[in-house]
Amino acid sequence: MPTKREDASTHPLASTIKLVFHCLPQTASSKKMDSNSIGVLMTCPMSPPYLEQELDRRYRLLRFWKFPQKTELLKPHSQEIRAVVGNATIGANAELIDALPKLEIVSSYSVGLDKIDLAKCKDRGIKVTYTPDLITDDAADLGIALILAVLRKIRGCDLFVRRGPVWKNGDFQLTSKFTGKSVGIIGLGRIGTAIAKRAEAFDCPISYYSRSEKADTNYKYYPSVIDLASNCQILVVTCSLTPETRHIINREVIDALGPKGVLINIGRGPHVDEAELVSALVEGRLGGAGLDVFENEPEAPEELFGLDNVVLLPHVGSGTIETRTAMADLVLGNLEAHFLNKPLLTPVV
Amino acid sequence: MAQIHTNQTLSVNLPEVLVLGPPSIFRIYEKHLSQKFMLLKPWESPIPLEEFLSIHAQNTTAVLTSSVVAYLSSALRLLPSVRLVVTSSVGLDHIDLKECRRRGISVAYAPSVFSADVANLAVGLWVDVLRKISAANCFLKTGLWPVKGDYPLATKLGGKRVGIIGLGRIGREVAKRLEAFGSKISYQSREKKPSVSYPFYTDVCELASNSDVLIICCALNDQTYHLINREVLQALGRQGVIINAARGAIIDEKALVQFLQEGKIAGAGLDVFEHEPNVPEELLELDNVVFSPHSAVFTEESCKDLYDLVVGNLKAFFSNKPLLSPVQFDDFMR
Repeated sequence: MPTKREDASTHPLASTIKLVFHCLPQTASSKKMDSNSIGVLMTCPMSPPYLEQELDRRYRLLRFWKFPQKTELLKPHSQEIRAVVGNATIGANAELIDALPKLEIVSSYSVGLDKIDLAKCKDRGIKVTYTPDLITDDAADLGIALILAVLRKIRGCDLFVRRGPVWKNGDFQLTSKFTGKSVGIIGLGRIGTAIAKRAEAFDCPISYYSRSEKADTNYKYYPSVIDLASNCQILVVTCSLTPETRHIINREVIDALGPKGVLINIGRGPHVDEAELVSALVEGRLGGAGLDVFENEPEAPEELFGLDNVVLLPHVGSGTIETRTAMADLVLGNLEAHFLNKPLLTPVV
Repeated sequence: MAQIHTNQTLSVNLPEVLVLGPPSIFRIYEKHLSQKFMLLKPWESPIPLEEFLSIHAQNTTAVLTSSVVAYLSSALRLLPSVRLVVTSSVGLDHIDLKECRRRGISVAYAPSVFSADVANLAVGLWVDVLRKISAANCFLKTGLWPVKGDYPLATKLGGKRVGIIGLGRIGREVAKRLEAFGSKISYQSREKKPSVSYPFYTDVCELASNSDVLIICCALNDQTYHLINREVLQALGRQGVIINAARGAIIDEKALVQFLQEGKIAGAGLDVFEHEPNVPEELLELDNVVFSPHSAVFTEESCKDLYDLVVGNLKAFFSNKPLLSPVQFDDFMR
């Protein structure tokens, strides 16, 4: 009888990352003294604890969140901080970059770069790295999870059973079938393509909006978000956040999607005009929504808490042990490469 | 007497159908059905069922039943004229097929109307258990995000080894979806399917030993009753997850409760239970289980499709045409 595999927690790309990592000369132990003098600023707590533990082991780690008065940290330590590790919540804005004259690299524990002042980094010659590709599957999986959770009211089903006596008096309400519904994707990048592949397996027709039509796909292209919203039943936001895509989901788009339409946002909170979305849902002008991101995380609109056609998640798009560990290794690998003057693993071009 | 039939004066020429259950389509389509058929609805009568059938259903040739009518066999014994049973389900465990065949009673069912919806719910439960969707939704909606910070990490879907038990219509729909998520699929079935390339296991225990997740998609019959027992759960292991959108009695529920309580398996997604609508209290206290009230088929769209199929089968019967979805007895009685 084959033995049961005990450790099921490996990201598909983990072995590749570890291989690259180990191709670099071993530094952690032999250069412990040297690297421990390199100041690395971590902007906020990040899970799992593995990243913080490794940064602490390899470098002189400074934890931004331990200093209620940021100047308390920055004044005495600004000369020693050569790297910043940020994420999708707190990155490196102009103010922080200005306060760190010796900053050489920002290694982001995220794929989104909207919290980093890229222009300023470019000006100062500060390198920026991120963690692309790793979260593609997790984010796409979550997109589909949200669609099913909204259409089939899975949490509602769960509560219905837990409340015991209610089921004895009759069946749960009829919900909505996913198969056959048209899925419109905003942004057909890595994550958008992965969502399309999954939705196709549920026999859903796929259409998309992108800055330009993609040559290598058979999905139907719409030249505007309004056109897309008017012609699909489930609209998924999965593009990157830029000044152009801020509030890409506005009142007009929500109206086009309509009272039977469902909005799924696994991009960034500011993609959606949250106030408009809330009133549309509360007033029944939009059929439902599944949101993993919000304009002011960790705050989410309380008006939506009681709606059973709305599923709200606390930004868990990449929230799996396997993926976060692989992301952490990539952050560490990029920092290692930089301080050894080797090519960065995943620089932002 | 006048209370029993719907629209009695108008329905005198409509073919008569005895309804047991009633099936879920009644929630939306009772009126529509009443316009096409004269419906005998025993639950609206104060007299006991046996008496009702003896008085009113001796000439009734067609029965429409749901799948939760445990007394169907005893009811049929009191119906000498019945020639057709239409069940609003794909499951046939509530019907004595041997007896129907012996009496020359045709049976019509709903073999593929629900396949997509059941597969979708099974996958929805799988995703929910592994990525903790309902739990994280609850965490946020009870105001805990600003207080407690990041939600605990879940586990990745891709690359998980999924063992599908029963590779019929529903099992194949589940497999198709899981492939898109990057799952590694194997299956156990009565027989190996020649057109399928997934690894095949004859023994459920062996399948469980080589799986991170088991998804049950088979029918309930004598061979599959308590198919998932202690031995299988043990083989599945501490990181294992089980999803059941088939029939509750395929799993030894007592064993499942114990394994979940003791952390001997990691979690479960359950749409069905051994004694619905009763669910063991101990099970309800667990937060690594996602529940659903046997609602895998209950979408508006499937309800409409089922209604169309039921009406189609009844109309075919009453006009002596071939049934749209008859049970082929040989397929089910081995």
